[in-house]
Amino acid sequence: MEKRNGKAWLYLLPALLFLGVFMVYPLVDVFVYSFEEGFNFASQTFSGVGLYNYSYVLRDPYFLAAVRNTFLLVIITVPLSTGIALLISLGLNSIQKLRDLFQTVFFLPYVTNTLAVGLVFMILFKKTAYSDGLVNVLLKAFGLTAVDFIDGPYWAKMFVLCFYTVWIVLPFKILILTSALASVKQDYYNAAKVDGTPRLRVFTKITLPMISPMLFYLIITGFIGAFKAYQDAVALFGVNLNAAGMNTIVGYVYDMLYGNSGGYPSFASAAAILLFAIVLTITVINLLVSKKHVHYD
Amino acid sequence: MKLVLDHITKVFPNRNKKGGPDKVAVDDFTLEVPDGTLVALLGPSGCGKSTTLNMISGLLEPTSGRVFFGDDDVTNLPPELRGVGLVFQNYALYPHLNVLQNITFPLENLRGERKMTKEAMRETAYEVAKLVQIETYMERKPAQLSGGQQQRVAIARALVKRPRVLLLDEPLSNLDARLRLQTREEIRRIQRETKITTLFVTHDQDEAMSISDLIVVMEEGAVRQVGKPQEVYDDPNCLFVAKFLGTPQINLFRGSVRSGRLFLGDAAVLDAPGVKDGPVTVGVRPEGFYVEEDGALECALSRVEVMGRDTSVLATHPACDNVGNLIRSIVPAEYKPDAARETVRFNLKPRKVTLFDPETGERIVF
Repeated sequence: MEKRNGKAWLYLLPALLFLGVFMVYPLVDVFVYSFEEGFNFASQTFSGVGLYNYSYVLRDPYFLAAVRNTFLLVIITVPLSTGIALLISLGLNSIQKLRDLFQTVFFLPYVTNTLAVGLVFMILFKKTAYSDGLVNVLLKAFGLTAVDFIDGPYWAKMFVLCFYTVWIVLPFKILILTSALASVKQDYYNAAKVDGTPRLRVFTKITLPMISPMLFYLIITGFIGAFKAYQDAVALFGVNLNAAGMNTIVGYVYDMLYGNSGGYPSFASAAAILLFAIVLTITVINLLVSKKHVHYD
Repeated sequence: MKLVLDHITKVFPNRNKKGGPDKVAVDDFTLEVPDGTLVALLGPSGCGKSTTLNMISGLLEPTSGRVFFGDDDVTNLPPELRGVGLVFQNYALYPHLNVLQNITFPLENLRGERKMTKEAMRETAYEVAKLVQIETYMERKPAQLSGGQQQRVAIARALVKRPRVLLLDEPLSNLDARLRLQTREEIRRIQRETKITTLFVTHDQDEAMSISDLIVVMEEGAVRQVGKPQEVYDDPNCLFVAKFLGTPQINLFRGSVRSGRLFLGDAAVLDAPGVKDGPVTVGVRPEGFYVEEDGALECALSRVEVMGRDTSVLATHPACDNVGNLIRSIVPAEYKPDAARETVRFNLKPRKVTLFDPETGERIVF
């Protein structure tokens, strides 16, 4: 038994080594940095140890704006994208003809470069001196005033960001949910049919509980993914997110490390640890809530 | 409630793009199930038993023909308006609901006048649960129950709305041998107590023979024979039915009739008055042989098997059509073979011998 254990550890060693060096060590390091005040990257020195980094970050208006943006993004896009994906999957599951075609169409955004999608969104939504952009042309056609969604009011920019995020995350969710729906055995539906179960009740009492593990998986990963949003905002609004007022928490971390205001690894670390705490809290809440509503056979 | 199937046919259109014939799953099926009886639809896999069941439940619509419950024509009614209870092969219990919730599920769908209060549902559920003896497990999830218990829950769920007809699709196939025996008696008891007209599908003849009032033997979508189990066994109307019923299987011989005598090879074994001369397929049930010193049918003795209460004599005969020409006969336990012997001689019991047309497989009565 002893010997076999030793062998097991030996086999695990390469993975553990890489995880240790590239995952655990940086994590610990970031945690340490976040308490080292005035850390200088070049000289690897710091002036003191304490909570100053946290108090600075928590009072930094850019960080607070990033937190607000991130939370808005999470609260809007996670339920919306999951809901829309569920609707589309239900639709896909109930059609016979052209199902493969639609499945492919819905999956296409997933294999498309997000920056390219961002560019398309910019063309659709941007208003310049020369053109209004397609969306604004439509708005005008309905008698509304044109808005610059990329460089205009906050709500318009937030709308585009959410729209874009939902668009980007939909395909994967649809993929997961269509396969989850397809794996629910037809017998359950037949049993429900013989009992004259109304369609809504079939959905809430049979379909939803049956796919709840997958749905829960999507919600958790959706939350985590949305909290880590950065690329999407860059794709739409460029790298100077603070100026655009559309920064996210991860964006703030980047900026603190490398950006124009850059060179503050201590602040970046503190912000990263705060993000970690937020994600951890939300995930734990998710897990607790799911205990009651997710059914694993 | 009498159940009548009037010339129902189900054709599944061919979905293959390359084309091909449509699949006739059920072909001109006519059957009348008397009120309060337990009837087995028996046949090999793919013979259209389950399709027939689904047409009775309303999950499938027949291509042609009518289905009657009593005097009501239910052919065009959706399942929920027919008043059927259906037990699925894999039970289809909702895994996330406990036993009580599973049983009350159909009741919660009732609307209008039939709507029930929570308390009434609970009471009804417990009544049915007592009937199937599952009332002590009401709080458990299906995964925490054994196969037999799940089966009971499925039956309870099917019965809770007091259906006019109860349908069971391969109710015992997911159970182990011991439970199967127990559960089939259970099904019989429950059916007797509720007096609900019950139809069940099985490919297992033991199941069908042991508990049903009537069995319907199907082959390739068509009814081959309907009758009381023992009658069908003793008096099969075609070779398929004779071969399908009975374990061990019926022994088949290439025989011939010459001037009113039945010959197996050169041995004249029986009188067959009124049968015209020519080749016949002869079926002899294992219990249709008896060993006698001067028996007409001389066979090479292979071995004697004693299994529990049965003593089987295995012997070969060139006219035998079984695998390896091997005849399996079951003889009285008193038979003590002489190990040194190389041959054994049988006589046949006329009631256990059936003749069939070798071309069509139809029964030739003599």
